[in-house]
Amino acid sequence: MADRDPNPFRRLLALPNESRTKTVLVAFLVSAISAALVSGATVMLRPIQAANRAAEAQARIEALVRGVPGMGALLDETGGTLSTLVLALEEGRAATDITPETLPAALMDSANWTALDPGADIVGLGQRPDYAQIYLLRDGTRLSLVLLPISGQGYNGRIDAILALRGDMNTVAGLAVTRHAETPGLGARIDEPGWQASWPGTELRDQGGTLRFAVARGPASSVHEVDGITGATRTSNAMTRMIRFWVGPDGYGPFLDAVRRGEF
Amino acid sequence: MARRPDLLDTLSAPLLRQNPVTLQILGICSALAVTTSLATALTMAVSLTVVLTLAAGVISAIRAHIPETIRLIVQIVIIASLVIVIDQVLQAWFAEISRALSVFVGLITTNCLVLGRTEAYARFHAPLPAMVDAFGNGLGYSLVLIVIGALRELFGKGELMGIEVLPLASSGGWYTPLSLMLLAPSAFFLLGGLVWAIRSWRPEQVEAPEFVPPARTEPAE
Repeated sequence: MADRDPNPFRRLLALPNESRTKTVLVAFLVSAISAALVSGATVMLRPIQAANRAAEAQARIEALVRGVPGMGALLDETGGTLSTLVLALEEGRAATDITPETLPAALMDSANWTALDPGADIVGLGQRPDYAQIYLLRDGTRLSLVLLPISGQGYNGRIDAILALRGDMNTVAGLAVTRHAETPGLGARIDEPGWQASWPGTELRDQGGTLRFAVARGPASSVHEVDGITGATRTSNAMTRMIRFWVGPDGYGPFLDAVRRGEF
Repeated sequence: MARRPDLLDTLSAPLLRQNPVTLQILGICSALAVTTSLATALTMAVSLTVVLTLAAGVISAIRAHIPETIRLIVQIVIIASLVIVIDQVLQAWFAEISRALSVFVGLITTNCLVLGRTEAYARFHAPLPAMVDAFGNGLGYSLVLIVIGALRELFGKGELMGIEVLPLASSGGWYTPLSLMLLAPSAFFLLGGLVWAIRSWRPEQVEAPEFVPPARTEPAE
C-alpha cells in the first residue's frame, strides 16, 4: 500500500467487495440513504395527503346528505352546512371539554379509549374511542338527520363508514364508506352506489325494540335487511356486525336513547 | 459504432419478442389484480416502469460495490424505498387512483419483474443500457396491462377510462355487462389467451416440453 489514497472514501471503495468492513458499510450506507429518501417523501407529502383525506371525507358526507331525499334542499336552506358535534359516547351527551379541533389530539391519548371485552367486541377493533365527531342536520328545532362515523374490521382491513339515520333514530337514511381494503370486485362493492342504494329506508329495530338489522344473504327479504353481496360473505357479515355494534350500548346507543328522549 | 441500434434493440426487445409477462410469465400477480379498469392499469404500469427504471439505474451505478453476499437485500431495499416514495406521491396527487390500487403499489417491491431485471441485467451493465432495458421491460409490462385492462373494463363495465363506450342495458342501451370480466379469473383467461395468441403467431416463443413421455412399447391392459 505504497500509494495509499488520502481520501478515506476512495480507500473504502477500493476494498474488495467481500471484505467484512465493506459489506457492513455498503449495507449501512444503502439503508441510511433509503431511510432518508423515504422519510423525506413521507414528511413532505403528509400535509397534501391529509388535506386530500379531509376533503374526501367532507365530500362524502356532503354527497351522503344530498343522496337522502329532501335533505339536499334542507341543507341549502340551512346555509349548506351541517352542525358538528363531539359526542361523549358513554354519556350520550355532547362532550364539554373537547371541540372538533382538539379531538384528533385527544384521541392520541390512550386514556380516551375504552378497551372492549372480547365478548362485546363483535367488530374486532379491540377498543373504541370515548369521543366521536358526529354531524347533525336540523329542520327547525327538530333533529332530522344524524351522521355517525362507524368502523369495524372487514375481510382485508378496517372499514370506515358513515351511517346516516333519520330523525326517528331507527330508519337508515344512507351509508357512505370512507375507507376500506376489501377485495376488488367482491367486497369492494360496499363502496358502490348501487349497493348502498339498498340502505335508505331500512329499519334497525322492530316494533318491540329488538335490533333486527342485517345484511341479507342474497336479496333483502324484510324491511330490516339490505341486499347481500354475492361472493363477499365475510364483508357482508362485517357490515352487519358493524351496524349492530355501533347502534348498540357500546356504540351510539346512549346517544340514540338521548335523542329519543328529546334531549337534542 | 453499433451502440445506438443496440440500445434501440434493448428497448424494443421486451415489447413483444421478450415480453416479460407473456414470455417469461413474470409479474403476473399484479397484472391480474389491477386490471379491472384501464385507469388503474395505466397508473400501475407507469408506477412500475418508473420504479423499475430508477432501480435499474441506481443498482447499475453501484454495481461494482455491491458485496455478493448481501446483493439481494441491497437490491430489495433500494426497490422498496423507491416504491414507498412512489406510493406517497400517488397518495398525495392521485388519491382517487391510489385508493383503487390499494396494496398493489406496495407490492411492486415483490414483483418478480423488478428484481428479475435488476438481478439479471442491471447488475452487469452500465447505467444507461440498464435503464433502457428496464424502461423497455416496463413498457412491455405496461403493454400487457393496458390490453388486459382495456378489455376487462370494456366488457365488464361497457366503459373505457370511465367513459361509456357500449350503452348499458340497465340505462336503455343494448349491452349487458359481463361481470365475470371484473373478477380475477377473467384476467387469467385473458392473459392465457394473449400468451396463446402471441405464441401461435411467433412459434419460437413456445417453451420446449420439460420432459417427453416415454414411448409405449407394449399395449396397455
